[in-house]
Amino acid sequence: MKEQLEAIRKGALEAIAAAQETAGLEALRVKYLGKKGELTAVLKQMGGLSAELRPVMGQLANDVRASLETAIERQSGILSQKALEARLAAEAVDVTIPGKKPPMGHKHPMYSVLDEMKEIFLNMGFEIMDGPEIEQADYNFTKLNAPENHPSRDWTDTFYLTEDSSVLLRSQTSPMQIRAMEGYGVPIRMISAGRVYRKDEVDATHSPMFHQIEGLVVDKGITMADLKGTLNAVIREIYGPETVTRFRPHHFPFTEPSCEVDIQCYKCGGKGCPTCKGEGWIEILGAGMVHPKVLRGCGIDPEEYSGFAFGMGLERLALGRYKISDMRLIFENDIRFLEQF
Amino acid sequence: MKLSRKWLQEFVDVGPVSDRDFAEAMTISGSKVEVTEDLGAEIKNVVVGRIDKMERHPDSDHMWVCQIDVGQDEPVQIVTGAWNIHEGDLVPVAKDNSWLPGGKHITRGNLRGVKSKGMLCSLKELNLDERDFPYAVIEAAALLNDYKPIDPEKPSIPKDVIPGYKIFGDVKAAFVTEVLPDGNGRFLVECDSGGRTHKIGTSCPNIHACDTVALDMTREHICTLADLHAEQREFPHCIPDGIFVLHEDCKPGDDIRPVIGADDHVVEFEITPNRPDCLSVIGLAREAAVTFGKPLQLHDPEVKGGAEGALPDLLDVETPDPDLCPRYTARMVRNVKIGPSPKWMRERLRSSGVRPINNIVDITNYVMLEYGQPMHAFDYRYVKGGKIVVRRARAGEELTTLDGNVRKLTPDMLVIADDTRAVGLAGVMGGLNSEIVGDTVDVVFESANFEGSCIRKTALALGMRTEASAKFEKGLDILNTLPAVNRACELVELLGAGEVVDGVIDILNYVPNPVTVKFEPEKMNRFLGVDIPEEDTRKTLAALGFGLEGDTITVPSWRSDVEHWSDIAEEAARFYGYNNIPNTLSAGLNERRGWNPVQQAENAAGALCRGMGYSEIITYSFISPACYDKINLPADSPLRNSMKILNPLGEDTSIMRTTTLPSMLEILARNCHYRNKAVRLYELGRTYFPKNDGSGMADEPKVLSLGAYGCGMDFFGMKGAVEAVLEGLRIEGFRFEAETANPSYHPGRCARVCRGERLLGTLGQIHPAVAENYGVDCELYAAELDFSALFEGMGGTPVYEPLPRFPAVTRDIALVCDKCLPVGKLEECICRGAKGLLKGVHLFDVYTGKGVPEGKKSVAFNLELRADDRSLTSQEADEDVKGILELLAKELDSVLR
Repeated sequence: MKEQLEAIRKGALEAIAAAQETAGLEALRVKYLGKKGELTAVLKQMGGLSAELRPVMGQLANDVRASLETAIERQSGILSQKALEARLAAEAVDVTIPGKKPPMGHKHPMYSVLDEMKEIFLNMGFEIMDGPEIEQADYNFTKLNAPENHPSRDWTDTFYLTEDSSVLLRSQTSPMQIRAMEGYGVPIRMISAGRVYRKDEVDATHSPMFHQIEGLVVDKGITMADLKGTLNAVIREIYGPETVTRFRPHHFPFTEPSCEVDIQCYKCGGKGCPTCKGEGWIEILGAGMVHPKVLRGCGIDPEEYSGFAFGMGLERLALGRYKISDMRLIFENDIRFLEQF
Repeated sequence: MKLSRKWLQEFVDVGPVSDRDFAEAMTISGSKVEVTEDLGAEIKNVVVGRIDKMERHPDSDHMWVCQIDVGQDEPVQIVTGAWNIHEGDLVPVAKDNSWLPGGKHITRGNLRGVKSKGMLCSLKELNLDERDFPYAVIEAAALLNDYKPIDPEKPSIPKDVIPGYKIFGDVKAAFVTEVLPDGNGRFLVECDSGGRTHKIGTSCPNIHACDTVALDMTREHICTLADLHAEQREFPHCIPDGIFVLHEDCKPGDDIRPVIGADDHVVEFEITPNRPDCLSVIGLAREAAVTFGKPLQLHDPEVKGGAEGALPDLLDVETPDPDLCPRYTARMVRNVKIGPSPKWMRERLRSSGVRPINNIVDITNYVMLEYGQPMHAFDYRYVKGGKIVVRRARAGEELTTLDGNVRKLTPDMLVIADDTRAVGLAGVMGGLNSEIVGDTVDVVFESANFEGSCIRKTALALGMRTEASAKFEKGLDILNTLPAVNRACELVELLGAGEVVDGVIDILNYVPNPVTVKFEPEKMNRFLGVDIPEEDTRKTLAALGFGLEGDTITVPSWRSDVEHWSDIAEEAARFYGYNNIPNTLSAGLNERRGWNPVQQAENAAGALCRGMGYSEIITYSFISPACYDKINLPADSPLRNSMKILNPLGEDTSIMRTTTLPSMLEILARNCHYRNKAVRLYELGRTYFPKNDGSGMADEPKVLSLGAYGCGMDFFGMKGAVEAVLEGLRIEGFRFEAETANPSYHPGRCARVCRGERLLGTLGQIHPAVAENYGVDCELYAAELDFSALFEGMGGTPVYEPLPRFPAVTRDIALVCDKCLPVGKLEECICRGAKGLLKGVHLFDVYTGKGVPEGKKSVAFNLELRADDRSLTSQEADEDVKGILELLAKELDSVLR
């Protein structure tokens, strides 16, 4: 009987090790360990053994059973591992096939730049104000101290909606300075951005509608040094920390002193090139201390309060930032253009 | 404003400062330099040469071989085709390896076998013309040896004409034996007319020994082409062109640039409208003096006078409109000799961009440039009655201005008139009828101050903005008229151009009070955020011409822009240097800061659109009135009530849009025409409606518009996008209703989206006829959402709803109903029929066809039923479904399929 058991063990272990499929392995389990299996058949003969031999053979039979079970389990593990590997191999994909992108829209490059500007000012404690585009000449010009005969008031320069020239399409965002001071009083730290209109024919650098961003700070003790500090901080955020600026005197009716701000040409570093028209500098914004007449006109005492204001065109900023060569692209809205940003 | 640095040097010596450094310093102190130009930059290695010897080219019938002294040991040999030169002439020589204006490079060469080491230059080759050097005008004699008959068969003059041959009348051929230049541009020609020798004086420079000329025996005159009535092509080399023969104080070897005035440097300034005083050499010199800390050297004009006659007898001036003519100053010059002005004056005018004309006119321009005071000179002969009246033009009055145009005047315009008629348009342009001409004898110099806006309106109305009007319109210094007119008279005497009559006519209708401002240096420093020493500011102000006594600043008459202490602060700051002002950040935060709720909503809406693949566009706020026809708006649509731009660029941009739809369709169409396949766009843009409060102002509501076509876009794609935006903004309780009456949309594929009574917007497929109007034949989809309605409908902060703890039971039902019944009605009925367990209704199929009766459709829903406190049993679920089905059958006649 012992020989029988050993023979089963040997035969079974060989067969198990040779099994290549889960089904074959299961058949082997039934063949050896099942109710009608070979080992069971041998055990059924145990009754005929002597009392001394029975425990020994019993021990041996359990031993064989255990070793077969272990072997089956191990082989089963091997087989399922193989099966998994085979499945994974079969499921492999070509990773160079293009992915399935979810649809993604793009912000207009002009507004990307604008939003960046807004964030910079918001972080400095400014608020954003919005106002009408169809504006009174009073706000667009008179309250901004523009002389009655200022050329920008001409019908050749500004779009008018009434014969008496009292209502127009705002030619600048500056009327928002007046609306802010009249509407909210002091102190003020605000920016206002939006569409402005001038009678320029469309070409690579002009559009009858374009965008400006305007800023106004009025409080007690505001100085021209504050104007410089604020604008320099903003310019370095936009153009990078190494940007060199130049403030030079200029004239705007609604500020005194007034200045224009240049940055050193980013293309040639100030040597002079076609981008900066050989000047080495690129003009980016106009600014100044709010004119005492303007303050007084808004009911603010210029002996007590002072402030600064600034304005800049956005198109030029966006065009420069993205190296867009023609302003017409901004308003053409070709999807192939929009998707680049 | 173009400034000659040579001219500037007369008033201030800024030292050896390069153009670039000069430009930078002036820009920084407030006079913005646009560009600088070295007038001689393009000219290199061009010198004065003297023609030592000239011989005819051995192998050419028209070229000369010249030996030229260019100040070197050896003369250089140059071959030229020009005929106007003679031995001893000083000429510009472009040597081997030299450069001329326009980038022209001159090198040695070989002309028909003869070596030529350079080129002799004409005026044009030096970028000059006869107005710069009037003496360089060439009038050519007709040389018979150059004659080429128009018809070779019928020559007017025989080929081998001999001396004495009669050409016509008393004009005979004469053989030139010798030509002697007199050094002043004239020549003594010795010639033989067939046995007789003549010595004839001529100004024609193209005659040399061995030439044959046409000699008018009676007039003792050598004939020009004009005298012979000949055409240029008959005498191809006898041309009014040639080498520029110099009559200047120079010697061989001299650099040509100073000789021709090309050694000047010109600086062009952008002068802001508040500083008309800087539209003058003196004004800029004052700025330069302060900028560089150098003294300003001004000079008071001195006039000798003494001409015959008394001014009051000669001239009477009246100013019946004193408000338009605050000051009128005039002087007179007699026995004028009209001629070219001297070289230095012509050069300075030219450097300043002004064309030299004649001495008198040049003087007026010179003074205008130097003093910034426009001047006018007119011929006294044509001032009828010796009387000048500065008056408003009469209605319908006409004047031919100097440019030859007839101007129709109105009473808003100011004219200079004599007793009978206008002779000039005040402050704009003189009249042709009193123009300075060659035989002018007596001249009136006018130096007046006219009211700026009157001049501006006149110039604008007549479309003739001149140098003078551009200055007057800015408001000029009323005290400048007298020095300017005196300067003009001084120049007349200096140039020997005439005799000045003693005395001045000076009508001062307005006596200006000097403006004073309190000097408050500490307040200014606080305002600027700087610490400029008081003494520095005092010096700056004094150098700029401000009077300063104690703490009272007196503003000079030419600085009408200064009236407040902030203006004084600017003066102090710009010479202290804006760039030396420190950088500080103002303290203090405001209550209102950061994005406000509307801005947050706008940002959110944009982000939602982009998240769905829609890209942002920017379109013009103005459209063409034809757009309303293109989108099919009926004639009586209130949307057609647009605000109109009265002076639009063109019809296409002439009205303010009341709807964003045309803008969106135009962009969709453009993309379509560019063959872009799948397009999804959005814009948050304004529309403009006239306010009804009489203010002329507008309501400017914002509209969120979506537009799309291609890549499977259909009604439900657009509807889904709208739903996503609404849900993204947490708008609740909105519903869609069929919209069949919107003329811009497909009547069967258009919906209104509403919330309560409020219309949120419209969406759907664009009407195919409208799409066709835009040249598009594919399906376009659009949505227009009223942004303020969206904002008002936005929900607040979401409140957490516990997640279900018990499983749901689902039931699918397929209903057969009338084909026209909207799914929305079924859904709504299902929700009402449920008894509290229904948590979700999901449409999953709509079917018509086989198995469904004609006129009916099958609609399949998945129902989700759940209780919050227990697991549902099948019975409970079925009961609910049963209730639903009963209501569906009762109300909508729809039954389970």
